Amino acid sequence: MRRVKATGFHLLLPLSVLAFLVVVNVIKGVDYFSLSVINGALYGNIPNILFGASELVVLAVGMTLVTSSSGGQDISVGVAGAITSSVFVAILLGADKITWWTIFAGFLAGCAVGVLIGAFNGSLVAVFKVQPMVATLILFTAGRSVAFLIDGKLSPILANDLTSRIGGVMPGVFIQTPILLTAVFIALIALLLKTTNLKLYAQSVGVNEKAARLNGIDPVAVKLLTFMLLGVCTAVAGFIAVCKAGRHDSVNLLKYIEMDAILAVAIGGNALGGGKFSVTGSIIGAYTIEVLNRTLLRLEVDTEAIKAVKAVFIIVLMVLASPVVRGYLANAVRRPRSGTQTGTVAEEAEDGWVSAPDAFRGREAP
Amino acid sequence: MKFRSITRTGGSNRHRRMKAIGMALVLLLAVALVAGCGGKKTAAAGASPIKVGIVNLPPEESGYRQANVEDMNKTFAAANGYEARQTNTADNSEQIAAAAGYIRDGVDYLLISAANASGWDNVLKSAKDAGVKVFLFDRLIETDASNYQAALVSDMYAEGSIAMDWLLKQGLGAYNVILIRGQLGSAAEKGRSDAVLKARDAGKIKLVADGTGGDSWSLEEARKVVEAAITAGKDFNVIFAENDGMAQGAVQALDAAGITHGKGGKVKVIGFDFNRFALRNVQAGYWDLDVQCSPRQAAQIAGWIQDLKAGKPIPSGIVYQTEIGIDTASITNDIVLNKGINADPGEGVITR
Repeated sequence: MRRVKATGFHLLLPLSVLAFLVVVNVIKGVDYFSLSVINGALYGNIPNILFGASELVVLAVGMTLVTSSSGGQDISVGVAGAITSSVFVAILLGADKITWWTIFAGFLAGCAVGVLIGAFNGSLVAVFKVQPMVATLILFTAGRSVAFLIDGKLSPILANDLTSRIGGVMPGVFIQTPILLTAVFIALIALLLKTTNLKLYAQSVGVNEKAARLNGIDPVAVKLLTFMLLGVCTAVAGFIAVCKAGRHDSVNLLKYIEMDAILAVAIGGNALGGGKFSVTGSIIGAYTIEVLNRTLLRLEVDTEAIKAVKAVFIIVLMVLASPVVRGYLANAVRRPRSGTQTGTVAEEAEDGWVSAPDAFRGREAP
Repeated sequence: MKFRSITRTGGSNRHRRMKAIGMALVLLLAVALVAGCGGKKTAAAGASPIKVGIVNLPPEESGYRQANVEDMNKTFAAANGYEARQTNTADNSEQIAAAAGYIRDGVDYLLISAANASGWDNVLKSAKDAGVKVFLFDRLIETDASNYQAALVSDMYAEGSIAMDWLLKQGLGAYNVILIRGQLGSAAEKGRSDAVLKARDAGKIKLVADGTGGDSWSLEEARKVVEAAITAGKDFNVIFAENDGMAQGAVQALDAAGITHGKGGKVKVIGFDFNRFALRNVQAGYWDLDVQCSPRQAAQIAGWIQDLKAGKPIPSGIVYQTEIGIDTASITNDIVLNKGINADPGEGVITR
């Protein structure tokens, strides 16, 4: 009974927030869902949202894995995306002619650099036990200079048909390419999590490192691996972003996106302290942020006030999602139904996800 | 450890190996970072050269700064009779320390683009005592005007007016403008928005949407602002984006929605900063106007130094640079090559 409940409940919050925002948009105008075909691609609010959120979704997925295994966040993902994409651009512009093959080679090189960056951050965290946020602060502050140097001190221009098709629309395809790329990426991640033990390992390490080691899981390797996977995510996000922009602006590309990526993980109902996680939740969280941004624009909130309104909305959301409020709500719902009080707050929270670490810790004692 | 099945013998050998690999990686990247961030100093010896100390922001800050630093290097080169030393850092206290060092070393002139407008009083006074003439460029310092000789800066208000004056001459039946601001409260945003807001208050234009690209002057945010206006069914015929990146984002939104723009199109597109890709877009008739914000102050300051040497009077206080706006009719290759910043995509290449 409990298991079934636990799997569905964590998505309730992100989904209801998303639903709330959609309702607000529909009240503002019933044409919210209207679609048309322009220049051979679907156009409307929904495609715009999917298009705009693509990089954020990719990064939120990687951030979820790192959060789970290390109990901390990587704040260098935007910078890492700028570096990986600068390598991609350098390879493209270094080639005689830009073909699908050079793009593929550039993409792979970007991924390799992403893995390297992930390994760097990961070793600091896993081997040297540096707090993830402090470890990634190094790249956060110095990384854009690296991208700037790879760029040859200028913002290079891609300006060719192939990359603008990747950042826009392929001829004969109804859906914008970044949306398709994101879908493929999500499918691959789902496949990875379904066919390997990665999810179990990351969660075990995040819940209790010692217990995981006693069970034969090497926490260093698992943390390194999640950081490397996040590195690949930054390469994919950087690739999409630079193809959309058509030029590499090392200063502004993917700037501040790390904050939104962390927020997406949180809205997705994941504990930022690590442990159990839901990638689906983070993906919904990422789209929720995008919808929120666009809703504020659609409601024509004053430009000066837009940040404050967003902040208030998120604070309310986080308070609602906090274990305290959820525990209280669960109590309130259960009491009239069963007639008897089921116990302490700690027990109440057990069918959520936050208290899972306590469950494991209990087992640790010999 | 295999990822397919849980093994009970989690090898400590493997653990040690992972550690070693990790340490090696950290060292490697640390070395790379240090190598990448080293400062640059230019010094040259000549027959009694003019000694100049330049305190500037780091070139990786922006395309503007890159062009600015390059311009300083070119103008105050040894070949032109200067012995220039420069410090490029975004840290205000490091800047102040560098300026104090240059005064101690006995430079003749001190050129400063301050990271922060405050905290400079003492060092400027010691420059005055030592007889070092101070020129500020690009950024002003909150201090008494007697503490420096002259400040050469861009007039953001004038830049906004250049764009607005040009627009009002286009003879459109109605001006329905989407304004995309930069970082709210920044000097560039306040100055460039001012002309638009004044024209709106005077009833010359209608502001259909008033958005911002946020603190990073973001292309994506600008795109969202325009997309929101389009999907809400708003009628507009002018995009007033306060930098080139945001103008590009706005145009991407127009293209995706099949709205024409540029020469002969429905929507007039205005950008700022003279990025070369933006100038090429104007040249191709893809955009309509780009307004300059020149990072090249070195020549004018060098002229003042030469005038002082020749005993001629030079201006004092705040001096504004003259900027220009170019449209599809007035653009030339010469402007793109000599006045633009950042990479040049080449003539006829459109950056979408």
